[in-house]
Amino acid sequence: MQLIFEKSRPGRRAGHVPAHGLPVPEVPAGLRRDEPPRLPEIAEPDLVRHFTKLSTRNFGIDTGFYPLGSCTMKHNPRVNERFAVLPGFRDLHPLDEESRTQGALRLCFELQEALVEVTGLDAVSLQPAAGSQGEITGLMLMRAYFADRGEAERRRKIVIPDTAHGTNPASVTMAGYELTNVQTDARGNIDVDDLRGKVDEETAGLMLTNPSTLGLFDENIEQISEIFRSAGALMYYDGANLNAVCGISRPGDMGFDIVHINLHKTFSQPHGGGGPGGGPIAVGERLAPYLPVPAVVREGDGYALDYDRPKSIGKVRGFYGPFGVFVRSYAFIRAYGPQLREMSEAAVLNANYLLALLRDAYELPFDRLCMHEFVLSARRQKREHGVTALDIAKGLMDHGFHPPTIYFPLIVPEALMIEPTETETKETLDTFADAMLAIAREAAEEPELLKEAPHVRPVKRLDEVRAVKNPVVRYGFEEHEEPPGAPAEPRQLEAQ
Amino acid sequence: MSYLSLTDGDRDAMLEAIGVSTIEELFADIPAGVRFGRALDLPPALTEQELTAYFEELAEANADPSQTVSFLGAGLYDHYVPAVVDTVLQRGEFLTAYTPYQPELSQGVLQAIFEYQTAICELTGMDVSNASGYDGTTVAADACFVAKHATGRSKVVVTEATNPQVRQVVKTYAPGFGLEVVEVPHRDGATEPDELREAAEDAACVIFQQPNVFGVLEPAPDLAAAAADAGALPVAHVDPLSLGVLEAPGNYGCALAIGEGQSAGNPLSFGGPHYGFLAARSEFIRRMPGRIVGETTDAAGNRGYVLTLQTREQHIRREKATSNITTNQTLLALGGLVYLSWLGPQGLREVGETCLALAQYAKDRLNFPPVFSDKTTFKEFAVRVGRPAREVVSAALEQGIHPGYPLGRDYPGMDDALLIAVTERRTPAEIDRLAEVLASCS
Repeated sequence: MQLIFEKSRPGRRAGHVPAHGLPVPEVPAGLRRDEPPRLPEIAEPDLVRHFTKLSTRNFGIDTGFYPLGSCTMKHNPRVNERFAVLPGFRDLHPLDEESRTQGALRLCFELQEALVEVTGLDAVSLQPAAGSQGEITGLMLMRAYFADRGEAERRRKIVIPDTAHGTNPASVTMAGYELTNVQTDARGNIDVDDLRGKVDEETAGLMLTNPSTLGLFDENIEQISEIFRSAGALMYYDGANLNAVCGISRPGDMGFDIVHINLHKTFSQPHGGGGPGGGPIAVGERLAPYLPVPAVVREGDGYALDYDRPKSIGKVRGFYGPFGVFVRSYAFIRAYGPQLREMSEAAVLNANYLLALLRDAYELPFDRLCMHEFVLSARRQKREHGVTALDIAKGLMDHGFHPPTIYFPLIVPEALMIEPTETETKETLDTFADAMLAIAREAAEEPELLKEAPHVRPVKRLDEVRAVKNPVVRYGFEEHEEPPGAPAEPRQLEAQ
Repeated sequence: MSYLSLTDGDRDAMLEAIGVSTIEELFADIPAGVRFGRALDLPPALTEQELTAYFEELAEANADPSQTVSFLGAGLYDHYVPAVVDTVLQRGEFLTAYTPYQPELSQGVLQAIFEYQTAICELTGMDVSNASGYDGTTVAADACFVAKHATGRSKVVVTEATNPQVRQVVKTYAPGFGLEVVEVPHRDGATEPDELREAAEDAACVIFQQPNVFGVLEPAPDLAAAAADAGALPVAHVDPLSLGVLEAPGNYGCALAIGEGQSAGNPLSFGGPHYGFLAARSEFIRRMPGRIVGETTDAAGNRGYVLTLQTREQHIRREKATSNITTNQTLLALGGLVYLSWLGPQGLREVGETCLALAQYAKDRLNFPPVFSDKTTFKEFAVRVGRPAREVVSAALEQGIHPGYPLGRDYPGMDDALLIAVTERRTPAEIDRLAEVLASCS
């Protein structure tokens, strides 16, 4: 398919700016732009067609089942889109007077309160723009907390299990901490013996996802919590998997001090092909003074922005966070109310059902009931037939499904990480399981077919190595210059 | 209301297939001591109709934006967002997709990001752009991280005339990066190249804003040269909508160009979500934070797109990654691409010229001395209103005009300074009204 730049023709345009009839002041030479940027020149009909055609080459939850583990690809309620663009929200400037933004501040405040209840902690900042920003913010809070206690120089280490999301260790480095890895035991829990030897007076804290990226709830969470508490260290909860435990178990009650919540996972902000997200953090009382400024607070009958937080780490993002994301997520929470528990129950039921259908066809490295997701291994398919997790993923595309997350967590070879979410029907799960079973048979009978999959997508398997070796990351105008209406490329003529 | 799909019959059949008799049994691994023993204390569930009433009530508790003519900017601006942007962004295939890990199912968004990267490179005069950052503040922190590792230096310089939101975020991130932040004061609204050069000694990078927070055009080429002289990477924080009339940072020697994308294609939305952009010269490609899309071929030799250079990223490199960023702002960046395509080069120039012309008209109409004399500005400018600007704002609002941002909030000694933003959405008649209202308020 052509790039929009290849559809561009000099003199075409879509948008017009109202005429003003005023003289245009001169920009001084040297600061003035003389060579215009080569933006596309295209009329509105083709502009709409271009992006509509691109959209048909994309797969979203609206297209079909999307069991991408750790990403919680649940249905995105459409009414929430309508709320986000209500004129009172869409056209509101964040620097407008507080007396004129009371509805927005109230929404922020009420969302904070809801997140306090769901996490079992005491205070929330909505500012971080994504889970990974919530992580680094949480680590900054730890540093500020220990600095206040005169322990910042000593406490340099953050403990992370080997099942962790890659963002956890990356955040540790960016926040200026050192990483201590801890192993997973035979049941898929943190290896508590390994942990004991690694937590001491130099430890600042733990970063943990619970349930873990294996989809397993850590059965030793109380012991783990005790180890960190007695070492005077803090515990950070990576909320990527919060969808499993809403109303069932709360991070605060598990002993965590800081939690980030992925609003684009558990609370259904549409992921938009890679964002926007939202990564609010909830903390216990003792960390609240360090939260980013401003805080949204209640003041009399109204709401206000409080900048007077002398111990705050500062700002981590512009203004007050991704407000439009708050609108959608808060609407999602209000649709469920206390029945958020039923949401998590259905997520866990769907995952266990799918696991029951698939456990004989694929290896299950940790044989337990799962939470909202589970991890299978294609180790057997690879060993016996040379069919890898990647081949299986590509094969699923031909059955009309988005593949699961593959090759993660790293401790499971040929991992297939499957998260169905609560919004799917039993029929969809059955059809997906049938496809997975058919692929397991194909792996044995016709492995070559799988190795060449997908067969029915607009493109065949893409060469990622080539993209890295010779990075082409923008359109090369110079290489493609040819007059409009030029004959077909010589390459095609030769092929004939 | 819920968005669940299982019937009672489904549940029973599924539990049986699993081999348990109740849903409760599925949670057997959760120790009793950490189970939540009561119902969540949240307001009762609402139907769609009830939700609509409630959210309309919240939205209406804000001042009705259609009843106020606004000249408020200071980082985010009231520019026109065309209908095609909404049309494209509401396509479910874009809206409800995850990050494009599986390229064969994601050519739509991958090609769109490739086109976005191209548009940002064209705007900024750079060689490479990432797929977006969170906003115009965090990309500044990202730039510091790139510069620290590119130069091995442990100090960054930010001009005081850079938007305070940006400076605050840089200061929050800097200690974790092991960076000291030095600010260079402005002299009558602009930065002195010599002063900047001195501060840039041993600095990893110098961040300045063009136009700066006061709307004033910095001597950007001289600032970039001063930074480079001292061995620091020049980083320009630019308004994308200015780049039809203002020189591209890549054409005056900047190593990186960053900025807030909101003005190009995103509504204000009380501060977010928007997109930040980060573009650089090609030598920094392997140090770039965030997603990058690259061109390649498929097994049949046809052109296609993939996420590339992923060995920079957290899911591969973990603690050695160039950033922890995972989710970015793809949908908002797509809005930016649609908007910039809608405008085209001619439209972009016209928007810039319209902002210049209307702002000049406003300067001429207002009877207030400029805060900074003899300075060229882009779409925003500061005037002294003769009494605390906060009071003027309150008084003007009573007459349906938001006259601008009181600079005293961020800059001591500027209590009577009002920063007035004039976008292409304002009309000469509205500016006349602004002049009238301000004259009556001061």
